[in-house]
Amino acid sequence: MNVQFRDRPDPSAPVGVKTAIADCDIHPARATADELYPYLAKRWHAHIEAYGKQAYHGMMEGPPYPKAQPNASRRDAWPPEGGPQGSSLSFMQKQLLDPYNVALGVLNPLASGQGLRNQDLAGAICTAINDWQIEKWTSKDKRLKASIIVANEDGPTAATEIRKRAGDPNFVQVLLLSRNVEPLGQRRYWPIYEAAQEIGLPVGVHAFGFGGNPLTPSGWPSFYIEEMVGHAQCQQTALASLVLEGVFERYPDLKMVMIEAGFGWAPSLGWRLDKNFERLYSEVPHLKRKPSEYIRDHIWWTTQPMEDPERRDHLFQVIEWIGWDKLLFATDYPHWDFDEPSRVLPAGVSDANREAFYLGNAKKLYGIS
Amino acid sequence: MARHVIAPVDELPPGTRKFLDIDGRPIAIFNIKGEFFGLLNRCPHQGAALCEGPLIGLAQSSDPGEIEYTKLGEIIRCPWHGWEFDIRTGQSYCDPKRFRARAYPVNVEPGSAVVKGPYVAETIAVSVESDYVVVDL
Repeated sequence: MNVQFRDRPDPSAPVGVKTAIADCDIHPARATADELYPYLAKRWHAHIEAYGKQAYHGMMEGPPYPKAQPNASRRDAWPPEGGPQGSSLSFMQKQLLDPYNVALGVLNPLASGQGLRNQDLAGAICTAINDWQIEKWTSKDKRLKASIIVANEDGPTAATEIRKRAGDPNFVQVLLLSRNVEPLGQRRYWPIYEAAQEIGLPVGVHAFGFGGNPLTPSGWPSFYIEEMVGHAQCQQTALASLVLEGVFERYPDLKMVMIEAGFGWAPSLGWRLDKNFERLYSEVPHLKRKPSEYIRDHIWWTTQPMEDPERRDHLFQVIEWIGWDKLLFATDYPHWDFDEPSRVLPAGVSDANREAFYLGNAKKLYGIS
Repeated sequence: MARHVIAPVDELPPGTRKFLDIDGRPIAIFNIKGEFFGLLNRCPHQGAALCEGPLIGLAQSSDPGEIEYTKLGEIIRCPWHGWEFDIRTGQSYCDPKRFRARAYPVNVEPGSAVVKGPYVAETIAVSVESDYVVVDL
Protein backbone atom coordinates (compact mmCIF):
# COMPACT_ATOMS: atom_id res chain seq x y z
CA MET A 1 0.00 0.00 0.00
CA ASN A 2 1.49 3.34 -0.98
CA VAL A 3 -1.10 5.64 0.55
CA GLN A 4 0.25 8.18 3.01
CA PHE A 5 -1.58 8.90 6.25
CA ARG A 6 -1.21 11.76 8.67
CA ASP A 7 0.10 10.74 12.06
CA ARG A 8 -1.54 13.58 13.97
CA PRO A 9 -5.13 14.75 14.03
CA ASP A 10 -5.84 17.79 11.95
CA PRO A 11 -7.36 20.19 14.50
CA SER A 12 -9.20 22.07 11.80
CA ALA A 13 -11.06 18.99 10.52
CA PRO A 14 -14.75 18.84 11.41
CA VAL A 15 -15.75 16.40 14.12
CA GLY A 16 -19.49 16.70 14.67
CA VAL A 17 -22.33 15.65 12.39
CA LYS A 18 -24.55 18.57 11.54
CA THR A 19 -25.75 17.62 8.10
CA ALA A 20 -28.22 14.89 7.24
CA ILE A 21 -27.14 11.28 7.72
CA ALA A 22 -28.28 7.80 6.78
CA ASP A 23 -28.72 5.17 9.48
CA CYS A 24 -28.47 1.81 7.77
CA ASP A 25 -29.27 -0.44 10.72
CA ILE A 26 -32.38 0.38 12.78
CA HIS A 27 -34.26 -2.36 14.61
CA PRO A 28 -38.01 -1.89 14.87
CA ALA A 29 -39.79 -4.12 17.36
CA ARG A 30 -43.35 -5.23 17.90
CA ALA A 31 -45.09 -3.58 20.84
CA THR A 32 -47.02 -6.73 21.68
CA ALA A 33 -46.57 -10.40 20.84
CA ASP A 34 -49.75 -10.46 18.76
CA GLU A 35 -49.09 -7.25 16.83
CA LEU A 36 -48.52 -9.32 13.68
CA TYR A 37 -51.84 -11.16 13.91
CA PRO A 38 -53.76 -8.76 11.66
CA TYR A 39 -51.32 -9.66 8.89
CA LEU A 40 -51.40 -13.42 9.46
CA ALA A 41 -54.08 -15.90 8.39
CA LYS A 42 -56.17 -17.27 11.28
CA ARG A 43 -54.72 -20.69 10.62
CA TRP A 44 -51.34 -19.42 11.85
CA HIS A 45 -52.72 -17.77 14.98
CA ALA A 46 -53.96 -21.18 16.06
CA HIS A 47 -50.74 -22.86 14.99
CA ILE A 48 -48.52 -20.46 16.92
CA GLU A 49 -50.64 -20.80 20.03
CA ALA A 50 -50.69 -24.60 19.82
CA TYR A 51 -47.15 -25.33 18.68
CA GLY A 52 -45.09 -22.14 19.04
CA LYS A 53 -42.34 -21.01 16.66
CA GLN A 54 -39.47 -23.45 16.56
CA ALA A 55 -36.22 -22.12 15.19
CA TYR A 56 -33.13 -24.05 14.18
CA HIS A 57 -31.61 -23.44 17.53
CA GLY A 58 -29.36 -25.10 20.07
CA MET A 59 -31.11 -23.77 23.14
CA MET A 60 -34.48 -24.63 24.60
CA GLU A 61 -35.64 -21.04 24.78
CA GLY A 62 -34.41 -17.46 24.59
CA PRO A 63 -31.67 -16.06 22.40
CA PRO A 64 -28.49 -18.02 21.62
CA TYR A 65 -26.73 -16.13 24.40
CA PRO A 66 -28.18 -13.80 27.08
CA LYS A 67 -27.49 -10.17 26.18
CA ALA A 68 -25.84 -7.58 28.39
CA GLN A 69 -28.92 -5.41 28.72
CA PRO A 70 -32.67 -6.08 28.47
CA ASN A 71 -33.54 -6.88 24.82
CA ALA A 72 -29.89 -6.04 24.05
CA SER A 73 -31.04 -2.41 24.15
CA ARG A 74 -30.10 0.99 25.45
CA ARG A 75 -31.58 1.53 28.88
CA ASP A 76 -32.93 4.91 27.86
CA ALA A 77 -34.83 3.49 24.87
CA TRP A 78 -37.96 2.16 26.60
CA PRO A 79 -40.85 4.03 24.97
CA PRO A 80 -42.77 6.18 27.48
CA GLU A 81 -46.07 4.58 26.42
CA GLY A 82 -44.78 1.07 27.22
CA GLY A 83 -43.69 -1.80 24.99
CA PRO A 84 -40.14 -2.91 24.20
CA GLN A 85 -37.36 -0.72 22.87
CA GLY A 86 -37.81 0.11 19.19
CA SER A 87 -41.58 -0.47 19.20
CA SER A 88 -42.71 3.18 19.15
CA LEU A 89 -42.40 5.28 16.01
CA SER A 90 -42.97 8.56 17.84
CA PHE A 91 -40.25 7.77 20.37
CA MET A 92 -37.86 6.64 17.62
CA GLN A 93 -38.47 9.97 15.90
CA LYS A 94 -37.79 11.85 19.11
CA GLN A 95 -34.75 9.87 20.19
CA LEU A 96 -33.09 9.04 16.88
CA LEU A 97 -34.50 10.42 13.63
CA ASP A 98 -35.00 14.08 14.61
CA PRO A 99 -31.97 14.83 16.83
CA TYR A 100 -29.45 13.12 14.55
CA ASN A 101 -30.99 14.49 11.37
CA VAL A 102 -31.54 11.04 9.86
CA ALA A 103 -32.57 11.50 6.23
CA LEU A 104 -32.68 7.77 5.47
CA GLY A 105 -33.27 5.03 8.05
CA VAL A 106 -33.11 1.40 6.97
CA LEU A 107 -35.24 -0.95 9.09
CA ASN A 108 -33.90 -4.41 9.87
CA PRO A 109 -36.42 -6.33 11.99
CA LEU A 110 -34.59 -9.17 13.73
CA ALA A 111 -37.11 -11.19 15.73
CA SER A 112 -38.82 -12.38 12.62
CA GLY A 113 -39.91 -15.52 10.86
CA GLN A 114 -36.49 -16.17 9.39
CA GLY A 115 -35.02 -19.50 10.30
CA LEU A 116 -38.20 -21.18 11.52
CA ARG A 117 -38.24 -24.90 10.90
CA ASN A 118 -41.84 -24.90 9.71
CA GLN A 119 -41.23 -23.34 6.30
CA ASP A 120 -44.86 -22.47 5.62
CA LEU A 121 -45.07 -20.63 8.94
CA ALA A 122 -41.74 -18.92 8.21
CA GLY A 123 -43.02 -17.65 4.87
CA ALA A 124 -46.31 -16.44 6.37
CA ILE A 125 -44.60 -14.56 9.21
CA CYS A 126 -42.05 -12.97 6.87
CA THR A 127 -44.84 -11.70 4.61
CA ALA A 128 -46.71 -10.40 7.69
CA ILE A 129 -43.61 -8.57 8.91
CA ASN A 130 -43.18 -6.91 5.54
CA ASP A 131 -46.81 -5.75 5.54
CA TRP A 132 -46.39 -4.58 9.16
CA GLN A 133 -43.27 -2.60 8.25
CA ILE A 134 -45.22 -0.66 5.63
CA GLU A 135 -48.28 -0.02 7.74
CA LYS A 136 -46.60 0.79 11.05
CA TRP A 137 -43.34 2.40 9.91
CA THR A 138 -42.54 3.37 6.33
CA SER A 139 -45.96 4.76 5.41
CA LYS A 140 -45.93 6.87 8.57
CA ASP A 141 -42.43 8.34 8.20
CA LYS A 142 -40.97 8.74 4.73
CA ARG A 143 -37.42 8.77 6.10
CA LEU A 144 -37.78 5.09 6.97
CA LYS A 145 -37.29 2.32 4.43
CA ALA A 146 -37.89 -1.37 5.05
CA SER A 147 -35.92 -4.53 4.37
CA ILE A 148 -37.73 -7.41 2.71
CA ILE A 149 -37.71 -10.22 5.28
CA VAL A 150 -37.67 -13.66 3.69
CA ALA A 151 -37.92 -17.28 4.76
CA ASN A 152 -34.22 -17.71 4.11
CA GLU A 153 -34.05 -21.51 4.27
CA ASP A 154 -36.74 -21.86 1.59
CA GLY A 155 -35.27 -20.29 -1.55
CA PRO A 156 -38.36 -20.49 -3.80
CA THR A 157 -40.70 -19.04 -1.15
CA ALA A 158 -38.18 -16.30 -0.40
CA ALA A 159 -37.84 -15.47 -4.10
CA THR A 160 -41.62 -15.22 -4.46
CA GLU A 161 -41.78 -12.74 -1.58
CA ILE A 162 -38.93 -10.69 -3.07
CA ARG A 163 -40.56 -10.50 -6.50
CA LYS A 164 -43.88 -9.59 -4.90
CA ARG A 165 -42.23 -6.44 -3.53
CA ALA A 166 -40.54 -5.45 -6.81
CA GLY A 167 -40.80 -1.74 -7.48
CA ASP A 168 -42.36 -0.97 -4.09
CA PRO A 169 -40.54 2.14 -2.84
CA ASN A 170 -41.13 1.11 0.78
CA PHE A 171 -38.35 -1.49 0.42
CA VAL A 172 -34.67 -0.89 -0.23
CA GLN A 173 -33.01 -4.26 0.45
CA VAL A 174 -33.52 -7.95 1.07
CA LEU A 175 -32.43 -9.06 4.54
CA LEU A 176 -30.69 -12.29 5.54
CA LEU A 177 -29.01 -13.17 8.80
CA SER A 178 -25.47 -14.52 9.09
CA ARG A 179 -26.23 -17.73 10.99
CA ASN A 180 -27.98 -20.12 8.69
CA VAL A 181 -28.35 -23.84 8.21
CA GLU A 182 -25.56 -23.76 5.61
CA PRO A 183 -22.96 -21.16 4.57
CA LEU A 184 -24.67 -18.43 2.57
CA GLY A 185 -23.04 -19.13 -0.78
CA GLN A 186 -24.66 -22.56 -1.10
CA ARG A 187 -27.22 -23.31 -3.77
CA ARG A 188 -30.30 -23.41 -1.55
CA TYR A 189 -29.91 -19.62 -1.18
CA TRP A 190 -29.38 -18.86 -4.87
CA PRO A 191 -33.05 -18.16 -5.66
CA ILE A 192 -32.82 -15.29 -3.15
CA TYR A 193 -29.86 -13.74 -4.96
CA GLU A 194 -31.44 -14.28 -8.35
CA ALA A 195 -34.65 -12.51 -7.31
CA ALA A 196 -32.80 -9.67 -5.57
CA GLN A 197 -30.65 -9.06 -8.63
CA GLU A 198 -33.75 -9.17 -10.81
CA ILE A 199 -35.59 -6.49 -8.82
CA GLY A 200 -32.43 -4.46 -8.34
CA LEU A 201 -32.11 -4.45 -4.56
CA PRO A 202 -29.02 -5.24 -2.49
CA VAL A 203 -29.02 -8.17 -0.08
CA GLY A 204 -28.08 -7.32 3.50
CA VAL A 205 -26.54 -9.94 5.77
CA HIS A 206 -27.07 -8.98 9.40
CA ALA A 207 -25.25 -10.64 12.27
CA PHE A 208 -27.26 -13.20 14.33
CA GLY A 209 -29.80 -15.73 13.17
CA PHE A 210 -30.84 -19.26 13.95
CA GLY A 211 -28.92 -21.83 11.98
CA GLY A 212 -28.98 -24.58 14.60
CA ASN A 213 -25.18 -24.57 14.76
CA PRO A 214 -23.14 -23.51 17.80
CA LEU A 215 -22.03 -19.87 17.92
CA THR A 216 -18.46 -20.82 17.01
CA PRO A 217 -17.04 -23.46 14.69
CA SER A 218 -15.87 -25.44 17.72
CA GLY A 219 -18.88 -25.31 19.97
CA TRP A 220 -20.67 -23.12 22.47
CA PRO A 221 -18.54 -20.43 24.14
CA SER A 222 -18.89 -19.36 27.77
CA PHE A 223 -19.34 -15.62 27.43
CA TYR A 224 -21.47 -13.05 25.60
CA ILE A 225 -18.29 -11.25 24.58
CA GLU A 226 -17.37 -14.35 22.61
CA GLU A 227 -20.65 -14.18 20.73
CA MET A 228 -20.01 -10.51 20.00
CA VAL A 229 -16.63 -11.11 18.39
CA GLY A 230 -17.94 -14.33 16.86
CA HIS A 231 -20.18 -12.33 14.54
CA ALA A 232 -17.12 -11.37 12.54
CA GLN A 233 -16.07 -15.01 12.26
CA CYS A 234 -19.54 -16.02 11.14
CA GLN A 235 -19.65 -13.23 8.57
CA GLN A 236 -16.27 -14.33 7.23
CA THR A 237 -17.67 -17.82 6.71
CA ALA A 238 -20.63 -16.36 4.85
CA LEU A 239 -18.48 -14.11 2.71
CA ALA A 240 -15.93 -16.79 1.82
CA SER A 241 -18.79 -19.07 0.84
CA LEU A 242 -20.47 -16.41 -1.32
CA VAL A 243 -17.22 -15.74 -3.16
CA LEU A 244 -16.01 -19.32 -3.52
CA GLU A 245 -19.34 -20.81 -4.59
CA GLY A 246 -19.34 -18.32 -7.46
CA VAL A 247 -22.40 -16.33 -6.40
CA PHE A 248 -20.93 -13.13 -7.79
CA GLU A 249 -20.03 -14.83 -11.08
CA ARG A 250 -23.54 -16.15 -11.40
CA TYR A 251 -25.19 -12.87 -10.31
CA PRO A 252 -22.78 -10.19 -11.51
CA ASP A 253 -25.07 -7.28 -10.59
CA LEU A 254 -25.68 -8.52 -7.05
CA LYS A 255 -24.75 -6.10 -4.28
CA MET A 256 -24.48 -7.23 -0.68
CA VAL A 257 -24.22 -5.42 2.62
CA MET A 258 -22.42 -6.88 5.62
CA ILE A 259 -24.31 -5.52 8.65
CA GLU A 260 -23.14 -5.34 12.23
CA ALA A 261 -20.12 -7.59 12.01
CA GLY A 262 -17.32 -5.03 11.71
CA PHE A 263 -15.09 -4.57 8.70
CA GLY A 264 -11.54 -4.50 10.09
CA TRP A 265 -11.14 -8.16 9.14
CA ALA A 266 -12.03 -7.64 5.48
CA PRO A 267 -8.49 -7.03 4.15
CA SER A 268 -7.11 -10.06 5.98
CA LEU A 269 -9.83 -12.32 4.58
CA GLY A 270 -9.18 -10.96 1.10
CA TRP A 271 -5.44 -11.52 1.37
CA ARG A 272 -5.83 -15.07 2.66
CA LEU A 273 -8.36 -15.98 0.00
CA ASP A 274 -6.15 -14.57 -2.74
CA LYS A 275 -3.06 -16.37 -1.50
CA ASN A 276 -4.82 -19.73 -1.38
CA PHE A 277 -6.53 -19.08 -4.68
CA GLU A 278 -3.15 -18.87 -6.41
CA ARG A 279 -2.44 -22.46 -5.33
CA LEU A 280 -5.93 -23.96 -5.34
CA TYR A 281 -7.43 -22.37 -8.42
CA SER A 282 -8.27 -25.71 -9.99
CA GLU A 283 -10.70 -26.52 -7.17
CA VAL A 284 -12.87 -23.50 -7.98
CA PRO A 285 -12.37 -22.90 -11.71
CA HIS A 286 -15.74 -21.13 -11.92
CA LEU A 287 -14.03 -18.08 -10.39
CA LYS A 288 -12.70 -15.74 -13.06
CA ARG A 289 -11.16 -13.14 -10.78
CA LYS A 290 -9.22 -13.01 -7.52
CA PRO A 291 -11.51 -13.50 -4.50
CA SER A 292 -10.64 -10.08 -3.10
CA GLU A 293 -11.88 -8.43 -6.29
CA TYR A 294 -15.36 -9.89 -5.80
CA ILE A 295 -15.33 -8.64 -2.22
CA ARG A 296 -14.31 -5.14 -3.13
CA ASP A 297 -16.76 -4.85 -6.01
CA HIS A 298 -19.83 -6.48 -4.49
CA ILE A 299 -19.71 -5.82 -0.74
CA TRP A 300 -20.80 -2.76 1.25
CA TRP A 301 -20.28 -2.56 5.01
CA THR A 302 -22.29 -0.90 7.75
CA THR A 303 -20.16 0.78 10.37
CA GLN A 304 -21.70 -0.25 13.67
CA PRO A 305 -19.74 -1.75 15.40
CA MET A 306 -17.10 0.65 14.19
CA GLU A 307 -13.58 -0.65 14.75
CA ASP A 308 -11.66 1.49 17.22
CA PRO A 309 -7.92 0.76 16.88
CA GLU A 310 -5.39 2.52 19.09
CA ARG A 311 -3.94 4.24 16.05
CA ARG A 312 -6.29 6.19 13.82
CA ASP A 313 -4.17 5.58 10.75
CA HIS A 314 -4.76 1.82 11.11
CA LEU A 315 -8.49 2.43 10.73
CA PHE A 316 -7.90 4.58 7.69
CA GLN A 317 -5.68 1.90 6.11
CA VAL A 318 -8.46 -0.67 6.47
CA ILE A 319 -10.98 1.71 4.95
CA GLU A 320 -8.58 2.46 2.12
CA TRP A 321 -8.55 -1.26 1.25
CA ILE A 322 -12.35 -1.52 1.42
CA GLY A 323 -13.01 1.80 -0.29
CA TRP A 324 -14.54 4.95 1.20
CA ASP A 325 -17.41 4.40 -1.24
CA LYS A 326 -18.40 1.11 0.43
CA LEU A 327 -19.06 2.20 4.01
CA LEU A 328 -22.58 2.89 5.27
CA PHE A 329 -23.08 4.62 8.58
CA ALA A 330 -25.31 2.80 11.09
CA THR A 331 -26.28 3.31 14.74
CA ASP A 332 -27.89 -0.08 15.52
CA TYR A 333 -30.64 1.80 17.38
CA PRO A 334 -32.09 0.91 19.89
CA HIS A 335 -29.48 -1.68 20.77
CA TRP A 336 -27.01 -1.10 23.55
CA ASP A 337 -23.95 -0.94 21.31
CA PHE A 338 -25.45 2.10 19.54
CA ASP A 339 -22.92 4.31 17.73
CA GLU A 340 -23.40 8.04 18.30
CA PRO A 341 -22.95 9.67 14.88
CA SER A 342 -20.71 12.55 15.91
CA ARG A 343 -18.33 10.31 17.89
CA VAL A 344 -17.44 7.47 15.55
CA LEU A 345 -15.34 8.98 12.79
CA PRO A 346 -11.99 10.41 13.83
CA ALA A 347 -10.73 13.72 12.54
CA GLY A 348 -8.61 13.76 9.41
CA VAL A 349 -11.25 12.65 6.87
CA SER A 350 -11.86 14.75 3.78
CA ASP A 351 -15.23 16.44 3.37
CA ALA A 352 -16.05 14.26 0.34
CA ASN A 353 -15.28 11.01 2.18
CA ARG A 354 -17.14 12.20 5.26
CA GLU A 355 -20.25 12.97 3.25
CA ALA A 356 -20.05 9.60 1.48
CA PHE A 357 -19.58 7.81 4.79
CA TYR A 358 -22.56 9.43 6.51
CA LEU A 359 -25.04 9.70 3.66
CA GLY A 360 -23.90 9.61 0.03
CA ASN A 361 -22.96 5.92 -0.21
CA ALA A 362 -26.26 4.84 1.34
CA LYS A 363 -28.39 7.03 -0.91
CA LYS A 364 -26.58 5.69 -3.96
CA LEU A 365 -26.74 2.02 -2.94
CA TYR A 366 -30.37 2.15 -1.86
CA GLY A 367 -31.47 4.33 -4.76
CA ILE A 368 -32.70 7.25 -2.70
CA SER A 369 -32.64 10.57 -4.53
CA MET B 1 -17.14 28.59 41.14
CA ALA B 2 -20.55 28.76 42.76
CA ARG B 3 -22.11 26.57 45.41
CA HIS B 4 -25.66 25.38 44.81
CA VAL B 5 -28.13 24.10 47.38
CA ILE B 6 -29.59 20.91 45.90
CA ALA B 7 -32.02 19.47 48.44
CA PRO B 8 -32.59 18.89 52.12
CA VAL B 9 -30.61 15.78 53.14
CA ASP B 10 -33.88 13.97 54.04
CA GLU B 11 -35.00 14.12 50.40
CA LEU B 12 -32.02 12.11 49.17
CA PRO B 13 -31.88 8.90 51.19
CA PRO B 14 -29.03 6.38 50.65
CA GLY B 15 -29.20 4.60 47.29
CA THR B 16 -31.10 7.41 45.57
CA ARG B 17 -30.00 9.98 43.02
CA LYS B 18 -31.32 13.36 41.90
CA PHE B 19 -31.01 14.84 38.41
CA LEU B 20 -30.42 18.56 38.01
CA ASP B 21 -29.64 21.14 35.41
CA ILE B 22 -27.22 23.68 36.84
CA ASP B 23 -26.03 26.52 34.63
CA GLY B 24 -26.94 24.45 31.57
CA ARG B 25 -25.00 21.40 32.77
CA PRO B 26 -26.81 18.09 33.39
CA ILE B 27 -25.68 16.80 36.78
CA ALA B 28 -26.71 13.93 39.02
CA ILE B 29 -26.22 13.83 42.78
CA PHE B 30 -25.98 10.39 44.41
CA ASN B 31 -26.32 9.34 48.02
CA ILE B 32 -24.03 6.33 48.42
CA LYS B 33 -24.38 4.87 51.91
CA GLY B 34 -24.85 8.32 53.46
CA GLU B 35 -22.13 10.08 51.46
CA PHE B 36 -22.97 12.43 48.60
CA PHE B 37 -21.30 12.55 45.20
CA GLY B 38 -21.94 14.50 41.98
CA LEU B 39 -21.28 13.45 38.38
CA LEU B 40 -21.83 15.14 35.04
CA ASN B 41 -24.73 13.23 33.47
CA ARG B 42 -22.85 12.68 30.22
CA CYS B 43 -20.72 9.67 29.41
CA PRO B 44 -17.21 10.70 28.28
CA HIS B 45 -17.28 7.87 25.73
CA GLN B 46 -20.17 8.74 23.38
CA GLY B 47 -22.26 11.20 25.36
CA ALA B 48 -25.13 9.11 26.74
CA ALA B 49 -26.96 10.19 29.91
CA LEU B 50 -24.50 8.22 32.06
CA CYS B 51 -26.20 8.67 35.42
CA GLU B 52 -29.45 7.10 34.27
CA GLY B 53 -27.76 3.71 34.13
CA PRO B 54 -28.03 1.02 36.79
CA LEU B 55 -26.08 1.18 40.06
CA ILE B 56 -23.99 -1.95 40.28
CA GLY B 57 -20.91 -3.30 42.04
CA LEU B 58 -17.43 -3.97 40.77
CA ALA B 59 -16.48 -7.45 39.62
CA GLN B 60 -12.76 -8.05 40.00
CA SER B 61 -10.65 -11.13 39.65
CA SER B 62 -7.14 -11.93 40.82
CA ASP B 63 -7.14 -15.29 39.02
CA PRO B 64 -9.49 -16.94 36.55
CA GLY B 65 -12.28 -18.52 38.54
CA GLU B 66 -11.81 -16.17 41.52
CA ILE B 67 -14.32 -13.33 41.34
CA GLU B 68 -14.79 -10.70 44.00
CA TYR B 69 -17.83 -8.42 43.81
CA THR B 70 -17.21 -5.23 45.76
CA LYS B 71 -18.34 -1.59 45.90
CA LEU B 72 -21.97 -2.65 45.66
CA GLY B 73 -24.10 0.34 44.65
CA GLU B 74 -21.03 2.50 44.05
CA ILE B 75 -20.51 1.90 40.34
CA ILE B 76 -22.64 3.47 37.61
CA ARG B 77 -23.03 1.55 34.36
CA CYS B 78 -23.71 3.61 31.23
CA PRO B 79 -27.16 2.93 29.76
CA TRP B 80 -25.72 2.65 26.25
CA HIS B 81 -22.44 0.76 26.11
CA GLY B 82 -22.14 -0.44 29.69
CA TRP B 83 -18.97 1.50 30.54
CA GLU B 84 -18.48 1.45 34.30
CA PHE B 85 -17.45 4.41 36.46
CA ASP B 86 -16.78 4.76 40.18
CA ILE B 87 -19.28 7.31 41.47
CA ARG B 88 -16.87 8.41 44.24
CA THR B 89 -14.15 9.49 41.80
CA GLY B 90 -15.48 9.35 38.23
CA GLN B 91 -12.81 6.78 37.44
CA SER B 92 -13.49 4.44 34.54
CA TYR B 93 -12.78 0.76 34.94
CA CYS B 94 -12.76 0.15 31.18
CA ASP B 95 -10.07 2.60 30.20
CA PRO B 96 -9.02 4.72 33.20
CA LYS B 97 -6.27 6.56 31.35
CA ARG B 98 -8.43 7.85 28.52
CA PHE B 99 -11.84 8.26 30.09
CA ARG B 100 -13.04 9.73 33.37
CA ALA B 101 -16.54 10.92 34.24
CA ARG B 102 -16.55 14.53 35.39
CA ALA B 103 -17.07 14.55 39.18
CA TYR B 104 -18.31 17.48 41.26
CA PRO B 105 -17.66 17.89 44.99
CA VAL B 106 -20.81 17.59 47.08
CA ASN B 107 -21.08 18.54 50.74
CA VAL B 108 -23.65 18.60 53.48
CA GLU B 109 -24.05 22.00 55.10
CA PRO B 110 -26.19 23.00 58.06
CA GLY B 111 -29.14 25.22 57.34
CA SER B 112 -27.58 28.02 59.37
CA ALA B 113 -24.64 28.14 56.94
CA VAL B 114 -26.84 27.80 53.85
CA VAL B 115 -29.00 30.73 54.88
CA LYS B 116 -25.91 32.91 55.26
CA GLY B 117 -24.46 31.89 51.89
CA PRO B 118 -22.50 32.12 49.66
CA TYR B 119 -24.91 29.53 48.23
CA VAL B 120 -27.48 29.64 45.47
CA ALA B 121 -30.87 28.14 46.32
CA GLU B 122 -33.16 28.87 43.39
CA THR B 123 -35.91 26.43 44.20
CA ILE B 124 -35.17 25.12 47.66
CA ALA B 125 -36.82 26.79 50.62
CA VAL B 126 -34.14 26.63 53.32
CA SER B 127 -34.42 26.78 57.06
CA VAL B 128 -31.72 26.87 59.69
CA GLU B 129 -32.99 23.68 61.37
CA SER B 130 -32.20 21.30 58.48
CA ASP B 131 -29.05 20.05 56.74
CA TYR B 132 -28.68 20.56 52.97
CA VAL B 133 -26.84 18.89 50.12
CA VAL B 134 -24.62 21.46 48.41
CA VAL B 135 -22.68 21.03 45.17
CA ASP B 136 -19.66 23.03 44.00
CA LEU B 137 -19.74 24.00 40.36
